[in-house]
Amino acid sequence: MVEWTDFERATIQSVFEKMDYDDVGPAALSRCLVVYPWTQRYFGNFGNLYNAAAIQGNPMVAAHGKTVLHGLDRAVKNMDDIKATYAELSVLHSEKLRVDPDNFRLLADCLTIVVAARMGADFTADVQGAFQKFLAVVVSSLGRQYH
Amino acid sequence: PGAEKWLTNTFTQTCAVRPSRHSTFTHSTSATGYNMLTKHEKELIAKIWDKMIPVASDIGAECLLRMMTTFPGTKTYFAHLDIRPGSPHLRSHGKKIVLAIAECSKDISSMMVTLAPLQTLHAYKLRIDPCNFKLLCHCILVTLAAHMGDEFNPVAHAAMDKYLSAFAAVLAEKYR
Repeated sequence: MVEWTDFERATIQSVFEKMDYDDVGPAALSRCLVVYPWTQRYFGNFGNLYNAAAIQGNPMVAAHGKTVLHGLDRAVKNMDDIKATYAELSVLHSEKLRVDPDNFRLLADCLTIVVAARMGADFTADVQGAFQKFLAVVVSSLGRQYH
Repeated sequence: PGAEKWLTNTFTQTCAVRPSRHSTFTHSTSATGYNMLTKHEKELIAKIWDKMIPVASDIGAECLLRMMTTFPGTKTYFAHLDIRPGSPHLRSHGKKIVLAIAECSKDISSMMVTLAPLQTLHAYKLRIDPCNFKLLCHCILVTLAAHMGDEFNPVAHAAMDKYLSAFAAVLAEKYR
């Protein structure tokens, strides 16, 4: 059972409330595909991923980025049982999609950096701490059903 | 020479290199054989760090504070310092780190030579578990993003991540 302080709860709600999911989602996924090119192995049918410009302009990447971020919303709204919230998605990623769970951490790191770029000085060390703790729980939950 | 080959091999395995990814891709002919960064990437990295030199204490303190807040285990290395936000210890220590990274970025090909004294310091005196280097590197990237906004685009991010990973790997070189 994850313990959240009042500050952490308030921070997570506030960060996601202010976020434009349709901007941040595509930005985070495309950044991940550029910075960690081996993650492209899961997107063979997405068309042109040949360079940074192609990735950032790719409509399938953008659409999927939005899907992923809206998926994150479920954890934001259910912080007290993220593990159960993502049990099915964890099975999906393990059995069907066969994604190496370390990739969840890579995407989480890229998302953190995108949010930092958007929020600037408002993304203080304490806000970062809360945000990364939240993402660590999400990442752990998504990897939970792998065996 | 053995260490240089290891470094090249490690990074060839870690980062998939695709020849036409950058139109100005050239193989570095440096003595280290390190060729994971294109000429353009090296210039980009040097330019970014050059801007950080005048604010090294601020940037350095911020990186350390972010790291210790997000990864509390890293605080164990700072029992001898006052690590409260804004503390002069944090600023002076942060400044040292930023200046070392900035200095090295001016001539990335000579990294093995430039970092030799720091390699010895980290291996024999500080003995920081190298898993912590990537935690600090991540917080450096976050700090750069918070200060540079959109200018810290995916290409700059990728280049900087490669540079900092190489820096950390070289630093840990003499551990065993």
